[in-house]
Amino acid sequence: MEPVIQIKDLNKSFGDNHVLRNFNMAINAGENLAILGKSGSGKSVLIKCIISLMEVDSGEMIVLGKDIQLLNSDELDSLRAEVGFLFQSNALYDSMTIRENLEFPLRRHWSKEERKKGADAAVKEALEDVGLSHTIDMMPAELSGGMRKRIALARALILRPKVIMYDEPTTGLDPITSREISNLMLSVQKKYKSAALIISHDLNCIKMTSNRVIMLIEGTRYAEDTYENLRKSEDPKIKEFFD
Amino acid sequence: MGTVKLLKQIDNAFFREVGEIAQFTARFFQTVTKPKQEWEEFINQCFWVGYKTLTLVGITAFIMGLVLTIQSRPTLVEFGAESLLPSMVSVSLVREISPVITALICAGKIGSGMGAELGSMRVTEQIDAMEVSGTNPFKYLVVTRVLASTVMVPILSSVGIAIGLCGGYLGVNIRGHISWNLFWHQAFEALSFGDLIPSLIKTFFFGFAIGIIGCYKGYNSKKGTEGVGQSATTAVIVASLVVFVLDLIAVQVTDLLGLT
Repeated sequence: MEPVIQIKDLNKSFGDNHVLRNFNMAINAGENLAILGKSGSGKSVLIKCIISLMEVDSGEMIVLGKDIQLLNSDELDSLRAEVGFLFQSNALYDSMTIRENLEFPLRRHWSKEERKKGADAAVKEALEDVGLSHTIDMMPAELSGGMRKRIALARALILRPKVIMYDEPTTGLDPITSREISNLMLSVQKKYKSAALIISHDLNCIKMTSNRVIMLIEGTRYAEDTYENLRKSEDPKIKEFFD
Repeated sequence: MGTVKLLKQIDNAFFREVGEIAQFTARFFQTVTKPKQEWEEFINQCFWVGYKTLTLVGITAFIMGLVLTIQSRPTLVEFGAESLLPSMVSVSLVREISPVITALICAGKIGSGMGAELGSMRVTEQIDAMEVSGTNPFKYLVVTRVLASTVMVPILSSVGIAIGLCGGYLGVNIRGHISWNLFWHQAFEALSFGDLIPSLIKTFFFGFAIGIIGCYKGYNSKKGTEGVGQSATTAVIVASLVVFVLDLIAVQVTDLLGLT
């Protein structure tokens, strides 16, 4: 089976700071892959390179069978409809209601007719998926951190993406809400049968949601295994994370 | 040596910024011509630009018209030219006062608003979220705002002229007496297309410059919340300065074309 995302020899640096060095990885359909690493290890840079929010220095990135560096802006926009992205800061549009936030991705990918017929139902279903139907006419500022995270997830889901990328999905949340978000990520994957790339340093989240973990240390793929196997590792650099 | 190095750094930063603004402007023209315009957002922005500044422009223009009349009166009386007050006020308001004052108010209100809003969207990843959702954030956020300020500043300036003349009418009637109809007749009689057209044209440029600078500062905001504040402040300063420079150029061009 062809991987949904394949990264080959990816390099990215900011001046003299080499953030990613010859990084390789692949995610298969329906799989949840977690990238574990310290703050500043290049996790968020990696995920932003994959969605083409940042340019890479060298390397190959195949997303859903397409080399994203060879796509023009229209092709890239079409591809982005199939890739959901949950931002660390949620990135909800402050000046829009929750309904408008969720409808926003539809305006580019659905025709006016399609939006007229189906936008309302799509918004309601996405909100039901995250258990926040009652917030539809509220503003983001009226919601708690956990609720905002759920709404951001609903927005990432509205186009039914084949891959969802989570950038630190539980950062800044209390342990109970973090667990709720992790459970939500699992239920979403079950419903939409999507693959997921989870960037995190929250071990509980990674334990709950991932099938496989890549450890990113100093911009390189240091280790790759299941969460349980990595936890049992005697390698001091890996142990440091789990102690 | 230290001073030379410092001056060189300031020079470099200045020219780099000028270059970046030129690139940003070029990107605006490339994007604005691409199909699928964001008309709904453009109308929305026009409403906000007008709504945010109309009261301020109105009050300021009224006071400027009033003060200009009151302060000019003694000099004109000395030369026995008191009857020229309506003409003088209208020419001053149309040619210079209303366009420049409106532009400065817009630079303060709209420029800082755009700088802060887009800056905040940049640092909270909202602009990235738009890009990821397949919407061109430059077209949705920048093009609509720049077009809105380009269209609205001339309209606001025209409203400012009308309100300023009302202030002038009041100013004339504080010490003397002139009928409403006569005042407006004299005010319009003194004006020619050579006054109105250059004034209108330069306000389009003012509006465009305010929009471009406000959006450039916000769109390229960095350094978190501190950066947002910096974007808002520098947007006002740079836009105000550019308004004066454009005004100077406009005066020279008008003079060269013999329209004065």
